[in-house]
Amino acid sequence: MNDVSTVALSPETVMRQMKQNGVTDIVWLPDSETNWLYLLMKADPDLRLVGVTREGHACSITAGLYAGGRKPMILIQNTGMLESGDSIRGWLMGLNVPVVLMVGYRGYTRHGVNTDTAATYTERFLMAFNIPFYLIENDSDSDRITKAFELAERIRQPVVVLVGDEYHGFNR
Amino acid sequence: MMHTAEVLKVFAEHRGDAIVISGRGGRHWMQISDTALDLPLGDPAMGGHSGFGLGLALAQPNKRVVLFDSEGDILMSLGQLPTIAEQAPANFYHFLLDNEVYATTGGQPVPGAKQVDYAGIARASGYPRAHSFTEPEDFSRELPGILAAPGPVFVALKVLPEVENTPIGQRVRWRKRTTDKVVGDLRSALGVA
Repeated sequence: MNDVSTVALSPETVMRQMKQNGVTDIVWLPDSETNWLYLLMKADPDLRLVGVTREGHACSITAGLYAGGRKPMILIQNTGMLESGDSIRGWLMGLNVPVVLMVGYRGYTRHGVNTDTAATYTERFLMAFNIPFYLIENDSDSDRITKAFELAERIRQPVVVLVGDEYHGFNR
Repeated sequence: MMHTAEVLKVFAEHRGDAIVISGRGGRHWMQISDTALDLPLGDPAMGGHSGFGLGLALAQPNKRVVLFDSEGDILMSLGQLPTIAEQAPANFYHFLLDNEVYATTGGQPVPGAKQVDYAGIARASGYPRAHSFTEPEDFSRELPGILAAPGPVFVALKVLPEVENTPIGQRVRWRKRTTDKVVGDLRSALGVA
């Protein structure tokens, strides 16, 4: 029998990590992995949600929030991250914004054989941009979210957490 | 049509202690003010100035945040307008310098250069107030009232294009600070560094 912490990533765990790391604002565009997380975030009076209509917009909004002293986090899917390349370059990397992007890893399969090009290019994109990233698949991986925050602060650059838990956990 | 320098000069008289994101008016605004509350960001990535302004306004609700955006940027990120309207920062003043062209690339017209009603788009996106001006006298007369009322407000200004044809590598750099230094200076001034 599997320990539940090793088979699913619970939204409560992600929220706990956000709170532990002092996140004040979530700049996000919903994807199929985050609907339950949305309910939790919305219920938290200390967390501001800024919904965007295109993922690249999240980068400039985040840069503005950071410039004004807030601690934002970006929550998007890998498809949107691919679309956001120039905004990541210019507004996050160019302005030395130490932000964590939690990115839904659409198409991810642990065995590496996928049929979704969104997954095919995700890690290659990050490597091309020289953006450090961590992969989390279940609750037992969640301390990597804190490691991502710590790294972002240390290098004053964006760091990505890939969420490889597409089909359960967040969705319930 | 107005001159961008003229628009900024009029605004400067009413600026107060606002944070100013000078956007495409940066070269002219530098001649007026270049303090830690002035953000000559250049062009980090086209289309993002409005988002940056929104984020800054949300982060600093007790400071007025003024942005001089461009129509090329707006067209690239029309979807930012509903987000700004939804967040509705009362301290955000969103000015648009509409010269109808991509001036830094030689003056090619933007799509719909003569047809797009930017104030109408802002209003339809949920901005509670939006204005359009083509004449400096009208702008000068109405500006104090616009700045005295709460935001978010959108102000579309028709300005004359100042087309640059010099190859980019040969252009004289007008910014004195790097973009990350501009942000660092602001954070220090706000006490959030």
